[in-house]
Amino acid sequence: MLAQFVPDGTAPSPIQYLAADGALAEGVTPSMSDDEVRAGLRLMMLTRAFDTKAMSLQRQGRFGTFSQVTGQEASIVGSASALDPRIDWVVPQYRELPALLRQGLPLSSFMLYFMGNLAGSRIPDNVNILPIQISLAAQIPQAVGLAWGLQLQQTGGVVIVYFGDGASSEGDFHEACNLAGVLKAPVVFMLSNNGWAISTPRHKQSAATSLAARAPGYGFPGVVVDGNDLLAVHAVTSEAVARARAGEGPTLIESVTYRMGPHNTADDPTRYVVASELDAWKPLDPIARVQRHLTARGLWSDDQCQVVEAELSAEIEEALVVARAAPPPSASQLFDHVYADAPATMLRQRAARLGVTA
Amino acid sequence: MTATTNHADTPAFTETMTMIEAIRDALTLEMARDERVVVLGEDVGVLGGVFRATDGLQQRFGERRVIDTPLAEGVIIGAAVGLAVSGLIPVPELQFLGFGHQAFHQIGQQVARFRFRSQGRHPMPITIRSPFGGGVRTPELHSDAFEAMYTNTPGLKVVTPADAYDAKGMLLAAIRDPDPVLFLEPLRGYRLVSGEVPTGDYMVPLGRSNVVREGDDVTLIAYSAAVQMCMKAAGVLSSEHGVSAHVLDLRSLVPLDVEGLVAAVERTGRVVIVHEAPLTSGFGAELAATIQREAFYSLQVPIERVTAPDTPYPLGGTEDFYVPQISDVVRGVLTAMER
Repeated sequence: MLAQFVPDGTAPSPIQYLAADGALAEGVTPSMSDDEVRAGLRLMMLTRAFDTKAMSLQRQGRFGTFSQVTGQEASIVGSASALDPRIDWVVPQYRELPALLRQGLPLSSFMLYFMGNLAGSRIPDNVNILPIQISLAAQIPQAVGLAWGLQLQQTGGVVIVYFGDGASSEGDFHEACNLAGVLKAPVVFMLSNNGWAISTPRHKQSAATSLAARAPGYGFPGVVVDGNDLLAVHAVTSEAVARARAGEGPTLIESVTYRMGPHNTADDPTRYVVASELDAWKPLDPIARVQRHLTARGLWSDDQCQVVEAELSAEIEEALVVARAAPPPSASQLFDHVYADAPATMLRQRAARLGVTA
Repeated sequence: MTATTNHADTPAFTETMTMIEAIRDALTLEMARDERVVVLGEDVGVLGGVFRATDGLQQRFGERRVIDTPLAEGVIIGAAVGLAVSGLIPVPELQFLGFGHQAFHQIGQQVARFRFRSQGRHPMPITIRSPFGGGVRTPELHSDAFEAMYTNTPGLKVVTPADAYDAKGMLLAAIRDPDPVLFLEPLRGYRLVSGEVPTGDYMVPLGRSNVVREGDDVTLIAYSAAVQMCMKAAGVLSSEHGVSAHVLDLRSLVPLDVEGLVAAVERTGRVVIVHEAPLTSGFGAELAATIQREAFYSLQVPIERVTAPDTPYPLGGTEDFYVPQISDVVRGVLTAMER
């Protein structure tokens, strides 16, 4: 009697286009052009270079607590590259820098946010991304609402929302998937399963053999993809985006990847990550994989790599100059943008704090 | 009701409406006027809401603008954030404020501070409607007066109309307000309170209190359902104790009408604050603190607070011991008078 819906203990093999050595799987046709792959590689390399730079600045006390992308670049870049930034939206968590850049966010703006400057919270009006979300999973219902709003107004836009294996344990994830299924909202749920929620490993997060297997319970498809494979992530996401745009509803993508660094700059993963597991993921690096693929096809070389790395380093330095030139934080910022029409009581507090007349 | 309520600017064409009718009238008017307005929540569509506040809206405006959602308060409010980002004006309903806890993470951390977190890019013109308060024998966990949780949430406005006229005028003002508003409706006032309500468009500004009864001996300060109780208590005080009570309906907690509050306190120098929420950290504490700071020298006696005790909201049979009653208000006033 209890055998109608049972876990069968198996998880599907993640969809893969590129093997670890960069070889393209037989019979697959990439959804990215060579130019798009090179652009994706450049964005992944920028992210990696920024991680290194920002970690160094954080250790010097010149950058706040932040989370590196290292190891997950293909997962973020491959999925974000499937969007049309003019009409589609990215709803991020906090570890999706390259998705934000692809949508058009200036790197200096991202830096300001993590330097603790409220100016970094202001995303330019023509850049379709919601604020970085720190309260995990709270962004998922918002993404569904946004997708619903785009659907009601027939903009043709699609929303992709990012979150992790940990956030998928939150009630907001469930509530949001459930509503999206009912509405057939044009949304793609991008679950970055990086193996860890700070120190909690994936197997303690959920007894489900596959997190994507939850999707049919909400009435839409789920898929597991190799998150370290740029081409596979792009292909799968493109299909999900097309589905959403055609009015066929949401998709849950579980992108299986690995967090190669700490949870954030305040974390010490040596207390819980087993070195052998980390070592096993090292040969699966998403950037090296694309480089090998392009090199084998004569589209990439060490010389080109050095040129690009120098360009990226200069780009990061330029953004840092812009960020450092921003006005420093001030007490008056506490009171800006709290209300359009502020209560007199708050205005009196403002005056008292700033030593001016209300 | 209308005889004791001061609505000097009432337009000529009026109808007698209950509070629930006035709320429905406001929703209908605004949905017809502004096609960006959408109503969402549990049972708001076909059923018209468990209290019928949204009755007829779906038939008139369609399923795309009046949406029955799954039973999940968090996503009702969270989705409203996204709807607002897309350019719509959501009016979500929380069926009872007691279930607001299920959505509080989206209200407190998201709705209230999305304008701030986006540094002005994404205003949240959301009006969250919710009935609250007791006295109608609801099942457990429905009826708590949790308003103070929300008044301690910067970025949010919290308003508490007490009669039909204010309910319509303040709801129209709330929906048109660029800031998020928690619009709290007195559960037991829905059909108990009726009055003359203009049939046309008008707004009652958010943040202005209203003197609903003039008096000289003691000032009763209340909001929402407690206003009616104070009015009845004022009648008893006048007829049985010869005490003339001045009754101030705050109408709005955030923004708070400090000037109106001070004027009402200065009128008598004796203050009794009445609310249904428990005493400790209830909104009365904020009022008392504001009064002692702004009107200290006009106080003749310590401020009295008539509230629920610091205990959980009980089952219906015990409710009348918990929710302040007219006799409790009278006793509070007599205490203030005898000092």
